[in-house]
Amino acid sequence: MSTATRTAPARTDRPAPGTAPVAVRHVLSRIGRYVFLCAVLGFFALPLLWLATAPFDETPTITASLPRFTLDNFRALLDNPYALSSLLNSVYLAAGTAVLVVTFAALAAYALSRVRVPGRDALLYGLLLLSSIVTGTATMVPLFELAFRLNLIDSRLGVILILSGGLLPAAIFILKDFMDATPTSYEESARVFGASPLQIMRHIVVPVVRPGLATVGVWAVANVWGNFLVPFLLLRGPEKAPAAVIMYTLYTEGGQADLRLLSTFSLLYSLPVALMFVFVSSRYGFRFHGGIKR
Amino acid sequence: MSAITLRELTKVYPNGVRALDALDLEIADGEFFALLGPSGCGKTTLLRTIAGLETASGGRVHIGERDVTALPPGRRDVAMVFQDYALFPHMTVQDNIAYPLRIKKVDRRARADKAAETADELGLGALLQRRPGQLSGGQQQRVALARAMACHPQVFLLDEPLSNLDARLRLEARTFLKRLQRELGVTTVFVTHDQAEALALADRIAVMEGGRIRQVGTPTEVFRRPANTFVAGFIGSTPMNLVDAEVRDGELVVAGTRLPVPEGVQVTDGEKLTYGVRPEYLDHTAEPASGGLRGRVVVVENLGSFSLVSLDLQPADAPAGDTPGTSVQVVVPEGREPAPGDTGWVVPRPGRSLLYRDGELVTPEATPAVPAARTAAGAEQ
Repeated sequence: MSTATRTAPARTDRPAPGTAPVAVRHVLSRIGRYVFLCAVLGFFALPLLWLATAPFDETPTITASLPRFTLDNFRALLDNPYALSSLLNSVYLAAGTAVLVVTFAALAAYALSRVRVPGRDALLYGLLLLSSIVTGTATMVPLFELAFRLNLIDSRLGVILILSGGLLPAAIFILKDFMDATPTSYEESARVFGASPLQIMRHIVVPVVRPGLATVGVWAVANVWGNFLVPFLLLRGPEKAPAAVIMYTLYTEGGQADLRLLSTFSLLYSLPVALMFVFVSSRYGFRFHGGIKR
Repeated sequence: MSAITLRELTKVYPNGVRALDALDLEIADGEFFALLGPSGCGKTTLLRTIAGLETASGGRVHIGERDVTALPPGRRDVAMVFQDYALFPHMTVQDNIAYPLRIKKVDRRARADKAAETADELGLGALLQRRPGQLSGGQQQRVALARAMACHPQVFLLDEPLSNLDARLRLEARTFLKRLQRELGVTTVFVTHDQAEALALADRIAVMEGGRIRQVGTPTEVFRRPANTFVAGFIGSTPMNLVDAEVRDGELVVAGTRLPVPEGVQVTDGEKLTYGVRPEYLDHTAEPASGGLRGRVVVVENLGSFSLVSLDLQPADAPAGDTPGTSVQVVVPEGREPAPGDTGWVVPRPGRSLLYRDGELVTPEATPAVPAARTAAGAEQ
């Protein structure tokens, strides 16, 4: 280590005539690399910058610019009858789905991890493959039909059930990995001390896999929060529509996208998920493992 | 009070593996009992069946007066310490130790007191608020023991209690464990694959193979008089020498050397037997000795205060250079090691060699040891 740091400067201090072009090329390649990185960074940062500035601008455009500061946009948004309630609707849907997904995925993953089921892995991968179809566009017609027959049109429960169904396989897959990593001797030890299955679940399994439960919960909320298609098709009126659907209605009378409302609403729409992520991350320190062994 | 009785205990796994085969065993109250055997012999299954973590396919398990065969683990009044200790990582040492009491619905204050008291007994007093992840292997083991002790079970079950510790710590923990068991006086069954551990710790040992018990006895019995060639080969840090022997003219012919048949053994001429003697009970000399087996030194392994010498036996009547493929090992005290390639003789000490017919011991119980030793001393002078 120490010899390396000592010899490295000595080598550059000795600019032999033949090495100059090499050094120049080195500097140029470095400049090129940083320019490229800046371009990529700018590509991803600009929309976020727009999100930070546009809501406070009197006349927002689709470009990010220094705002002429105002809070009028927020006042205008509050005048919209559905804006705030839609955020609450989103919370209902997200919370309901997250609770269902975490509960059932935890139970299923525990069982799949502990009980030998023939063809278990095939079952898991099959479910995982199919789940991307369940909430996808292709199955929207049969799902609508199903919801209609079950009298679940224009019902939050219907949306929650369908979204949960779509998320469960991946959630089970992620949680099974956490369950597998928990030694069975923990549970056996508790059993010998006389703990009931429910006590084992409450005292041992849930606390041990808590980071996994937090991961899946956050992931479910984020998924529901961003889902447009399912609530758009299944919920009829704007009273129950979540934020993702209401955003679609923010137009001016002229039929143009109302950038003032849209930008302001976008900011409000993205804040809860970002805050939740920070909160859960600091509380449980979850890491996304998704099928990867720790 | 809390003896363990097993009657024709059988465990067949769904895949058809017969882990326990109609096993009978009695473990006395307060005894420190070892289940010893190679991996896959069923010793862990036996322990888990006593704990109730495996259900017996047949037979009965009694603990004390109670038949616990059909009871769930929690109602058998046993405590088990797992090989990986199974300490709950999200609980402090105190909560871990108090967990059995929490299940028994002891109130929080009494639980904390009991945990602190138990922890103090095991020298864990300063660690109560730590998490298992912050403890050393030895400390984790003691926490696991404390947790098992906290609920005052009738029986302790220990699965490979020392195997997760490094070599130095293992010796320390062995002494600690034996002392603790003596002080508590609770019937304790432990599983090990390490014969030295079993000999050192246990009051009695059951040596298992293929789901059956091959011998039960005190460490001395099992070491001195292995009931069969399996136990003979398994017990002892250097396994017993087992050499083919044949009866000729009322004498035993072992690798071309004639040896007397031990007292009390009925033999017929031409019969094939196995002659067994421990390396510790063989004396090595560089000069021809009567009643000694001749061999060529192949390997000398230095083991500190003594060396383990392997010789390829060369029958006296066989041509030189012919190796019949039988080798014996002999323990030689330090400073008297032969060099590889030397020719040497090994002389069995009287009264220490055993005869096996079809793998089962036929040498009867001692021929009193003292006169035998005296004649041996006399013969040497």
